[in-house]
Amino acid sequence: MTALVVQGLTKSYGGVQALRGVSFSVSTGELVAIIGPNGAGKTTCFNLLNGQLAPDAGDITLDGRSLVGRAPRDIWRLGVGRTFQITATFGSMSVRENVQMALVSRERRLYAPFAAFPRLYAAEADALLERVGMLEQAARPCALLAYGDLKRVELAIALANRPRLLLMDEPTAGMASEERGALIALARALAKTDGIAVLFTEHDMEIVFGHADRVLVLHAGELIAVGAPEVVRVDARVQELYLGAP
Amino acid sequence: MSGSALLLQFLNGLAGANSLFLVAAGLSLIFGVSRIVNFAHGSLYMLGMYVAVWLAPATGFWAAVLLAALIVAATGALVEIGVLRRLYQAPELLQLLATFALVLIVRDFALWAWGPQDMLGPRAPGFGDAVFIAGAAFPRYDLLLIALGPLVFVLLHALLTRTRWGTLVRAATEDREMAAALGVNQRWLFTGIFGLGALLAGAGGALAVPREPASLAVDLAAISDAFVVVVVGGLGSVPGAFLAALVIGEVKAFCIGYGYSEITLAVEFIVMAVVLVLRPWGLLGKPLPAPRGAAAVEPPLGRIDRKAALALACLAALLAGLPLAGDEYTLVLATDILVFALFAVSLHFIMGPGGLASFGHAAYLGLGAYGAALLLLRAHAPTEAALALAPLLALGGAALCGWFAVRLAGVYLAMLTLAFAQIVWSIAFQWDSVTGGSNGLIGVWPAPWLASKSAYYYLALLVCGIGIALLWRALGAPLGYTLRAGRDAPLRADAIGIDVRRVQWIGFAIAGTFAGIAGALYAFSKGSISPETLSVPRSVDALVMVLLGGVQTLTGPAWGAVLFVWLQDELAREVEYWRAAIGAVVLALVLVFPRGLAGYLKERFAR
Ligand SMILES: Nc1ncnc2c1ncn2[C@@H]1O[C@H](COP(=O)(O)OP(=O)(O)O)[C@@H](O)[C@H]1O
Ligand SMILES: [Mg+2]
Repeated sequence: MTALVVQGLTKSYGGVQALRGVSFSVSTGELVAIIGPNGAGKTTCFNLLNGQLAPDAGDITLDGRSLVGRAPRDIWRLGVGRTFQITATFGSMSVRENVQMALVSRERRLYAPFAAFPRLYAAEADALLERVGMLEQAARPCALLAYGDLKRVELAIALANRPRLLLMDEPTAGMASEERGALIALARALAKTDGIAVLFTEHDMEIVFGHADRVLVLHAGELIAVGAPEVVRVDARVQELYLGAP
Repeated sequence: MSGSALLLQFLNGLAGANSLFLVAAGLSLIFGVSRIVNFAHGSLYMLGMYVAVWLAPATGFWAAVLLAALIVAATGALVEIGVLRRLYQAPELLQLLATFALVLIVRDFALWAWGPQDMLGPRAPGFGDAVFIAGAAFPRYDLLLIALGPLVFVLLHALLTRTRWGTLVRAATEDREMAAALGVNQRWLFTGIFGLGALLAGAGGALAVPREPASLAVDLAAISDAFVVVVVGGLGSVPGAFLAALVIGEVKAFCIGYGYSEITLAVEFIVMAVVLVLRPWGLLGKPLPAPRGAAAVEPPLGRIDRKAALALACLAALLAGLPLAGDEYTLVLATDILVFALFAVSLHFIMGPGGLASFGHAAYLGLGAYGAALLLLRAHAPTEAALALAPLLALGGAALCGWFAVRLAGVYLAMLTLAFAQIVWSIAFQWDSVTGGSNGLIGVWPAPWLASKSAYYYLALLVCGIGIALLWRALGAPLGYTLRAGRDAPLRADAIGIDVRRVQWIGFAIAGTFAGIAGALYAFSKGSISPETLSVPRSVDALVMVLLGGVQTLTGPAWGAVLFVWLQDELAREVEYWRAAIGAVVLALVLVFPRGLAGYLKERFAR
């Protein structure tokens, strides 16, 4: 079942054309990688999908509902979770509290003035942390975590709302290579068991071709190849882009 | 209004724009280069006025203007060398506080040197009479000012665009790191720009002498006017300051011309608020480059565990026993301490976890106090009703100011909250028929059952205790965590469904309401209320209390209030110029602990 449909997505920053008419779709349970050199427009694409930026043109629908023109917080409630390329967590809170924050938000209890926060949804937060392998560090302040661990916390936060679409911008940056494979394998398992459409960017081609169901190749804001890993791997333009050979 | 009257109002506005421009241009230049918003700029203006009035009898008017400008310029340069130079790397809040400490010191200096009375200045020789324009008299001196504004603008513009020094100033304004990398001697550049800014402010003050008397209230009036001008024109832009000075000058002139002088500041505020919402960086300004480097990570907030709760319960029991042991004086002081503890905790609520440092929190204290007094005296409400309803006035004010405040950050936030507080103050100060003007309101005594000092102390203990407990509780509840989430990582907060502005707005309104509760209690405990309650120095008192105790601690601000009120009580009894003494303490704190007391202690004990 198709979850996300993107049509003719276009965005420029002043003079820089970051995305030019990009169209693709992602299905439920599918793990799709966006690859492309730095500056290709991957992060821009994610920022448009979660509403952090408004597109100049184009349409984005999730389960048939248009996401364009909505604020990130509303898009989140429609089922889009994300992690950031530059990790963004709440530094003054513990790992567990970070996840609890998302759960409290899901339950729409953000403004509750008296409930004791540390006790709210603690068990569910721990379950999420367990899934991403961060349970042992649940009580540590987020500000003290290693970069790779922060990425995992972000994943747990993104999962808190049982997303339909999960966006992961370079989720393995800062991790050791065996860790990376494990994280993407985890994302893959989540996609299959929970029926989440997963879109991620990744620089490690081994991981991309080993785990993704499909690969989108962005170059200078244009989608130059789309397809199964085997197909994209032998695509002439992709070869040219990555190997410099014709 | 007839055509010629319109013309005269218009010319009046142009003349007023001159001093607005001189102050605002200096403020803007200094900010552009040093990224410091100099709260003391209005004080330099005031100093210019006093020095000119003081020198004029001896030297004649024109020489006095020149000397005043030079003396103020030297003062500005000295302040840069002695104080601000040490603070360029310090957190913004401390920079603002340090310049504010200077405000307190300069004001008490003026009080000491020239006394509390307004001082009328001489007329400008050769410009003392009126000319006739469209059949109406218009001061000749004002025509001179009208010509002077554009002249100064052109000179400044030439200085900035035609000289090497000006090029360096512009380079430093565009990109400080870049200018430093190019080998610009920053020290002298910064000292020079402070000197120039001060020169402009001093000249502006001296030139205003024939139009208005020198008085001790001029400093804050000038700085809040200048804030409005630079915000409207764009921080760091001299042409913006010029344009905005004309706009604001006209707004003022027409408000006064139509007989609405009381609402002048309110209209200014509306202009500023509209500009901030539509063009947050001002008419001719540019969006500020985001500060480089990672944002500071705030430490986790403390929590009240079982042990702390027990200790607080013991403290409460102890406090409940105070009337058995203490005399009346102690009870009054203790009531004050309780009231200000609630006040400080309410500011901390929005400033620490919320990340919005309000420079005008006393506005809500004052709204609560005036609300209570007005309900009692004008609506003849019973004490209980006055106490209960007055905080709603503070809630209204905080909701209004907060709506704009949550759209801003850093120095813009500081300027907006300060300007708002100054407006509330000026309403209280000027609206004689309702607020009693500068004398305030007297006879604000509580119902007989609360009349004794001990009964009132118990009421304060109960209300403040509950208020503080509620605020602390909220900080440990989702509301407090949501506030922290919005402060720690706004993008992340937005990406998990948090409406950051909304939660900050709610936080701001709550903080204002509790400050209003403190204010209402304060009014009845004193029996009278004056504009001083909501003056800007009072707002800074609150900031100092919070910083003394530690912004990122839970209970610290309450202890900060205890220490501050007690200290102030001691100082006020022993020292005549206690505001200046407080300013000196603040300066010392900021200079010795540029990372804040809490940060210092942490560093000390982390080793
Ligand atoms: N906020 C911005 N302002 C201006 N240009 C930007 C901004 N963000 C990204 N760009 C430009 O847009 C292009 C795409 O950037 P980005 O989406 O971050 O690429 P990627 O994530 O693939 O590395 C780059 O040329 C980048 O310089
Ligand atoms: Mg990127």
